[in-house]
Amino acid sequence: MIDKRVAGPAEAVAGVKDGATVLVAGFGTVGIADDLLEALHEQGATNLTIVHNNAGNGDVGLARLINSGRVAKVICSYPRSGDYSAFLNAYRNKTLELELVPQGIISERMHAHAAGLGGFFSPVTAHTKLAEGKETREIDGVLHVFEKPLKGDVALLRAMKADRWGNLIYNQSARNFNPIMAMAADLSIVQVDEMVELGSMDPEAVVTPSIFIDRILVVGATS
Amino acid sequence: MTTTYKPLNRDQMAWRAAQDLQEGAYVNLGIGMPTRAASYVPDGREVIFHSENGILGLGPKPEPGTEDENLIDAGKNYTTLIKGGVFMHHADAFLMIRGKHLDVSLLGAFEVSEAGDLANWTTEDPSFPPGVGGAMDLAVGAKEIRVIMDHTDKNGKPRILNKCRLPLTAPGCVKRIYTNLAVIDVTAQGLFVREMVEGMTLEKLQELTEPKLQLANDWRALTPPAMAA
Repeated sequence: MIDKRVAGPAEAVAGVKDGATVLVAGFGTVGIADDLLEALHEQGATNLTIVHNNAGNGDVGLARLINSGRVAKVICSYPRSGDYSAFLNAYRNKTLELELVPQGIISERMHAHAAGLGGFFSPVTAHTKLAEGKETREIDGVLHVFEKPLKGDVALLRAMKADRWGNLIYNQSARNFNPIMAMAADLSIVQVDEMVELGSMDPEAVVTPSIFIDRILVVGATS
Repeated sequence: MTTTYKPLNRDQMAWRAAQDLQEGAYVNLGIGMPTRAASYVPDGREVIFHSENGILGLGPKPEPGTEDENLIDAGKNYTTLIKGGVFMHHADAFLMIRGKHLDVSLLGAFEVSEAGDLANWTTEDPSFPPGVGGAMDLAVGAKEIRVIMDHTDKNGKPRILNKCRLPLTAPGCVKRIYTNLAVIDVTAQGLFVREMVEGMTLEKLQELTEPKLQLANDWRALTPPAMAA
């Protein structure tokens, strides 16, 4: 019988390696797998590349990993959000690298990897600083910039409900990057508020089909 | 002869931009002043607002005490969903932005050039990390890009320029500029002043604008209702 639930936070993030690329879902403070990020802090993996829209808040979750010197690189669209002092200190001390990517390009690069594509051409960033050094091509008279696929070794996700296979539904704007990151990592781990019986979710309403999910940590609606 | 005129306040600027949002339009509002335009859509017009974090059918601010921690807008403020509103994931939210599905994107700006080049993502302050968010996606994707900004910077220097000095967000994308002094269209024939605040002259407006302005034949006075600043 398939049951992707794990016993606890340590089991959820077991095996994450040093140097891993970790996709961290969420936008602002919404839809973030806070418990999985804390578990990753306990687990100890270091030299991480983090893919996230922002760059951590306060001294919890991603910010705590940064403050502990565990993050080598952040790929994000907008680091200056909320209390981003952890990122700012590391950035000013040059202890981490920033790759700035437009928000829609981050999500589409992950989508491309998930879809088995070798990248795509996009008009976003054409004629700007963010296109410097990238391959370009004129398509129907419009300059396009080549964007490579973006793959995660691990994705840390947050959903509202799961069944034991890992079918997921989300909570309103907490959906954000979660379904895309779920598809784009080798190991997709989700923190959920609630487990439901297999077959009880409306098949028309399931957002993430179970094939993309590897481990489920049930934490309840803690925050 | 001295000219006397009164610039619009921020709510009046947002009001003016909102008057151009047509029935049935799908519209993305940028963070900051553009967001205020949602409050000034004329009664009886149904306009559907999109938010980059995966909302189509964004509603007004929630009443105090009814905030939902899982329902925020692109500016990370609590928001609401109107009847018929839906959620989607980030890739679909940006597919709507990039794929010319939105009718209008109303953005803030630091600078706009005569050719409609937009600079709104970085002031290149070396003490802070850069952030681009969804600005570059928004600037290439909507059917029409409109900008709402103060006519001059805090030192009174023009922000409508022959060429942008700050790094570009996207070239040649802006079609209409709403400022605190005027409404200006960017066309292949140059910049046309559609509206100016009362008491403003083309000569005075030209002093505050780098590229050459032309007065549209059917130009009007820009007369928003009185609003608390």
